[in-house]
Amino acid sequence: MATLTTRTTTSGLIALGLAGAVAFLALWTLLALSGVVQKQFLPTPLGVLQRFVELTQSPFVGHTLQQHLLSSLGRFGMGFGLAAVIGVSLGLAMGWFRWLDEIVTPFFDAVRFIAPIAWVPFAALWFGTGIGGPTLIIFAGAFPPALINAYRGAKFVDVRLLEAARMLGTPGWKIVTHVLLPASVPSIVAGLRISAGLGWQSLVGAELIVASSGIGYLMVKGQASISTATVMAGMVAIGLVGVLIDVILRRVEAGIHRRRGRGE
Amino acid sequence: MSNIVFDAVTRVFRRDGKDFPTLDGISLEVRDREFVAIVGPSGCGKTTCLRMAAGLEFPTSGRVSVGGKEVTEPGPDRAVVFQQFALFPWKTVWDNIDFGLRNKGVLEAERRRRVGDIITLMGLEGYESAFPHQLSGGMQQRVAIARAYVLDPDVLLMDEPFGALDAQTRTVMQEELVRLARKNPRTVLFITHAVEEAVYLSDRVVVMSRRPGTIREVIDVASVRQSENWDRLERIEEVMDQDSFVHLRTRIWKLLREQQAPNDH
Repeated sequence: MATLTTRTTTSGLIALGLAGAVAFLALWTLLALSGVVQKQFLPTPLGVLQRFVELTQSPFVGHTLQQHLLSSLGRFGMGFGLAAVIGVSLGLAMGWFRWLDEIVTPFFDAVRFIAPIAWVPFAALWFGTGIGGPTLIIFAGAFPPALINAYRGAKFVDVRLLEAARMLGTPGWKIVTHVLLPASVPSIVAGLRISAGLGWQSLVGAELIVASSGIGYLMVKGQASISTATVMAGMVAIGLVGVLIDVILRRVEAGIHRRRGRGE
Repeated sequence: MSNIVFDAVTRVFRRDGKDFPTLDGISLEVRDREFVAIVGPSGCGKTTCLRMAAGLEFPTSGRVSVGGKEVTEPGPDRAVVFQQFALFPWKTVWDNIDFGLRNKGVLEAERRRRVGDIITLMGLEGYESAFPHQLSGGMQQRVAIARAYVLDPDVLLMDEPFGALDAQTRTVMQEELVRLARKNPRTVLFITHAVEEAVYLSDRVVVMSRRPGTIREVIDVASVRQSENWDRLERIEEVMDQDSFVHLRTRIWKLLREQQAPNDH
């Protein structure tokens, strides 16, 4: 039995994956065509694909699918960018300055258990439904992993390097930027991958409630007009963009590991 | 004047509510521009002595001072060469050596000159833009020594700097350190467990007892080196062949043997 893991080839694994997807789509098609579920509530995969293509060509609730996606990505960029910059710098600084750690940690530990979606009413009241509100919500989703991973990275830096830096007369802030930051890059990038995923998920959630454009907004409107195909096309788009973001960050991560070679 | 003074220094580790004394009443002065090596059985606290002079650890009682000032924190006036090099893996050879000078706020032109000079002196030309992991252990330790020397420190603290090197590289580095120390004398505290290395390099050798560490004996090497004129000999093996060298080495060796635990060798 142990041969399963050692003998299965890459092409074999791909074939298995394909088989799974084909089986899933076939079952879905059968279920849709059988008439057990009303067509309006369960379109065929082909129907969803058609709707997807349609949405890219003619506007729905004011914009094409690409425009909705772009608007979502803009908010995502804002929220994720802010979370990355603030989370990483604060996390690293907390890893070196004990007093900062003592001040921030209790507050952070309390706040991070508020799910991003629970920020929605507050975000809408304070920052509106345009760019501000959704930005805050994605920030709430993306910030904790960015901070935690940078902090952990900083805490696990080889103590000998820190001693060397202190011996060389390095001031505290420069230890953060010149030692903790470069030493923690793998941990930071791993954290940002989680951040991006959570941020993207929270954003679309936020758009279901606040916002007047974006992929979540498109889906809400699709729901209102009882167009399951529109809703599902939106879900497909979310999934595809999510995968794309992860692939990009994975490549960044691989590039960094390659460049650092064996030098830790 | 930049001497290192250990004044009745003790060090006690507390673990699980129990006290483990590691150093017990160390009093020693490393005089200005003197090269002193500490040898002793493993666990005797010799590295702790060095780390206290560096400001990386502190005595439980007693006082460690450098140049008359009590040591309270690490600093570039007391440069350390670590056994495991501790180079920054993301910085090039040049940037590793340059980093301490930047921290001191030395101007660009002077930094360039000083880093260039030490790179030549340590035989690192051509490796300026290499990263540490691309270098052999011997080359990495050259960088670590250059990084310490370039600061023009009052005292140099070397913690088994050649311990991680193979025998040949070790010999070369020992010869180069002697050249460097003669050309550019510094107050040096050198930790090692290699007796021959200690005799070859130092003015005085301090032999420590096993834990809790005390000073067993201090052996004057400088007067023998001078009277026997070891410095006329270029190679380490020639020095090590001298009867006077063998005599000192054997004496220290015997002192160390007395310190071994009965079931430990």
